[in-house]
Formats: sequence, structure tokens, C-alpha cells
Amino acid sequence: MKRKTKSNRRTRVLLGLTLSLVFLAAVCIAGCLCTEAARTADFGRKNLSPCFPYLFGTDWMGRDMFARTLKGMSISILLGVLASVISALISLLLGIASATLGKRADQLITWVIDLIMGIPHMLLLLLVSVALGKGLKGIVIGVALTHWPSLARLIRAEVMQLRESPYIKVAQKLGKGRWYLVKTHILPHLVPQFLVGMILIFPHAILHESSITFLGFGLSSEQPAIGVILSEAMKHLVTGKWWLALFPGLMLVGTVVLFYVAGESLRKLLDPGSVHE
Amino acid sequence: MKLEAKNLKFRYGQGERMILEGFSLEADSSERVGLVAPSGVGKTTLCKILSGYLQPEEGEVLLEGRPLSSYKGYCPVQMIWQQPELAVNPRMRMRDVLAEGDQVDPEIPEKLGIEKDWLNRFPAELSGGELQRFCIARALGRGTKFLLADEISTMLDLITQSQIWNFLIEETTRRGIGLIAVSHSQGLLEAVCTRQVRLKEEREHHHHHHHGHHHHEHSHHHRELQE
Repeated sequence: MKRKTKSNRRTRVLLGLTLSLVFLAAVCIAGCLCTEAARTADFGRKNLSPCFPYLFGTDWMGRDMFARTLKGMSISILLGVLASVISALISLLLGIASATLGKRADQLITWVIDLIMGIPHMLLLLLVSVALGKGLKGIVIGVALTHWPSLARLIRAEVMQLRESPYIKVAQKLGKGRWYLVKTHILPHLVPQFLVGMILIFPHAILHESSITFLGFGLSSEQPAIGVILSEAMKHLVTGKWWLALFPGLMLVGTVVLFYVAGESLRKLLDPGSVHE
Repeated sequence: MKLEAKNLKFRYGQGERMILEGFSLEADSSERVGLVAPSGVGKTTLCKILSGYLQPEEGEVLLEGRPLSSYKGYCPVQMIWQQPELAVNPRMRMRDVLAEGDQVDPEIPEKLGIEKDWLNRFPAELSGGELQRFCIARALGRGTKFLLADEISTMLDLITQSQIWNFLIEETTRRGIGLIAVSHSQGLLEAVCTRQVRLKEEREHHHHHHHGHHHHEHSHHHRELQE
């Protein structure tokens, strides 16, 4: 009896993880498929509030908001995933390097972390994005290069604390090398921090993408990125076209929440203490 | 083979209380030395210095006349920690924990009463006593010449204690491994060790005999275990 409820909880976590991943993948694929639909303007059906064929309504140019939202979300998810993965990998590498390669390396990396954290995110993001020729590439690299420091600092502190733990000291005395220690003792411990950190970068990545797009330094306005949709909707909100901002906004929130659920489930599954939950 | 501690001085940071001052000890690999001391006098600190985890502020630890820190790779002096749950990685299966040792003879875990089934478990799924057996087995790899046991049996029941100590006596004698056991229980050390050293008195002795004699020549607690 008890055994059954235990396996159920683990299954439920696994189910949550799978469902959110499937949903995110579905949004991505659907968005890629309706590129045309998101672009077609038809002035015969402009400013429709949500109804049957147009679930999310249409905008002032008669474009289907459902298709635009899907397309925008898929662009944002891809962009956010790419930027947060790159960013999290940078933090992991530099965090570990900082804590294990000696005092000099630590000082240098800490200095770079302070430097980047000292410059306002948006300013650095603008510079990187413009320098790399705006567009998707500019934003991804810009977001990736500006969002790693706080996670890197967290990972550095975590590794420093881990290094003091008796079992790592024992392993050193058992003649294990630096690479072995990082691979078998340090990396597995960092997985939860790494995942949660990556997930926390994701909403930032989307928000920063939309803000520099809004300022005209990011994605071009013909691409229906969620940032473009929301900033356009702001102009029409006062005239009572609530659906232009509500559904894309809900979609954005939903996506962020699902990313969080996916990360949390993964963390629970990886935690050895929860094997029997 | 000889393990020597010469005139050790240690404290945790400048201005802190001196934990060891002018401590010397000499142990041969044929011996089982017991260190007796009440709580809070730095037994664990001494063990960490003797096994190379900490560097003394003054003095040195020599193995066969060579500084212990000059031994690269597997350290010939292995310490078994007081809290086994801290000394194993909570994310590793016990099989891998054991494999970290230096080609541990497969008979050792068996003699320590480690069951095959435990090997697939994570540390959180074993009791302190069960974990400690793994730590003992792990420390008894091929390259071990000295074994430091820092209060290793406090969490065990009496039957298990005697099982483990009997095994350690037999194994260290057979392989010529020197044993240094630390405990606050004098009864235990009397039963296990060939000689005892009192940590607190060691400091006082030092002031009386300032030059170069080894402690056991003066020890009032010299005991031979009749086997």
C-alpha cells in the first residue's frame, strides 16, 4: 500500500516533466508551422474580438492573433532556451574554474563578474547586440554574455563549500586527481543549482529580448516576437482591444511557469533523497 | 616503517587558542597506539595533521624520514573519520564509494560484514554503523601503511564494535599496517592497543623533557596487549 503511493509521487513528477516538455515542444513546432498565417494581413477581418475561427481575436491589420502568438512564443522559447543554456554553461565553467584553479584565476574571474554586474544589463546587451548586427544572433549572444555572472557567483560559492566537505578531502587523500573530483564529486552536486539557475535566466532572456526589440535594437518589427506583439498591443489597449495583450501575455506567463515546473520536476528526480518519495 | 610527528604546533588562525604545542609522537607500523584524551583537546585536529589533511604551524610529520606532504597520489597514512555520513558523497552509490579506495581486497568488505545488497544503495539508505564499515574498507586499500581511527566506533553497538576492532587488529597485524586509534574510552584502547599516549599529559611532559626524547619512553600509560 505504502509502496504504491511512493511510486505514484515519482510517476507524477515524471508526468509533470514530460507534459511540460511536450507542451513547450508543441508550441515551438506549431509556431514554426504557422509562419505564413502569422504574417497574412486581411483588412476584411480586422479588430475582431476572440471568436470561433480566431481564438485570440485579430489585430488592426486583420492578422490572426492565435497564429501570431504561437509564432512569437516559439521564437521567444527558442531564443530564451539558447541564451539561457549558453549563459548557464558559461557560469558553470567559470564558477568551477574560479573555485578550483587557484587564487589568481579566482581573482580574475571574480573581477570579471563584478565588472559585468556593475554595468547595467540593458546597456551591455545593447552594445553586444548592435556590435553583432542586431537580429536573433545579436540578442542570443548578448543575453548569454550578460546573464551568467550571478549564477557563476552562486556556483563558485557552492564549489568552494563543497571543496571543504570531508568526502572530497578523503578522495584527495585517496590519490584522486582534480578532474576526477570535479567530474564525480562536484558536477553532480551542481545539477540542481545549474538547472534552477538556467530556468531563472529564461524569463530574463525573454523580457530583455522584448525590451531591446521594443527599443529597436533587437528583432525587426515584422517578426512576431512576443516582445513586439506586447509593445504593439500597448498602443491599442486604451481603445478597448484587451485581447491583443491578454492572450499573448498569458501565453508568456504559462510558458515561464511550465519551464519552472519542468526544472523543479527534474531537480526532484535527480535528488537521491527523493528516490523513495 | 615509522610515522613521526615532531614538535607539532597548531591553531586555527592567528590569535586563536593553541590546540597543539610541542607535540611529538613516534609510531611503528608494528604498533597499535592509542591516543587518550577528553573531549575538546584536539584529538581530531591531531589526526588530521598526522594524516596530512592539515599542515601544522610548526613542526613536521615524517613517514620513513620523508615529510608526509611529499608523498604524491595515494596517501600512505589514511584516516577514518568520526562521522561516516560526512565522509561519503551522498550522491554516490556505495559500490562507487568503495571503488574510490586503492584496489581494496574484495575480502575486506566481506569480513567487515558488508552485505552485497548494500552496494547498490545510496548513503542515506544506510545507518551510521553500516556506513562506517564502508569507510574502514575504503581506507584499507593496497597503499595504506598507517591507519588513523578517530573515534570510529562511537556509533556502533558493542557486538559490532568488537567485530570491527577484531577485524582491524587482525588485518593490520597481517599486513604490517600501523594503527593509531583515538578514543575517549580508555577501556576500548586498553583492549585494542599495544601502547597508549595521553594527549593532555603530552603537553606537560614536553616542558619537562625539552630535548628530543620520544614520548613513549616516558609514558606512564605504556601497556602491552597480551594476545
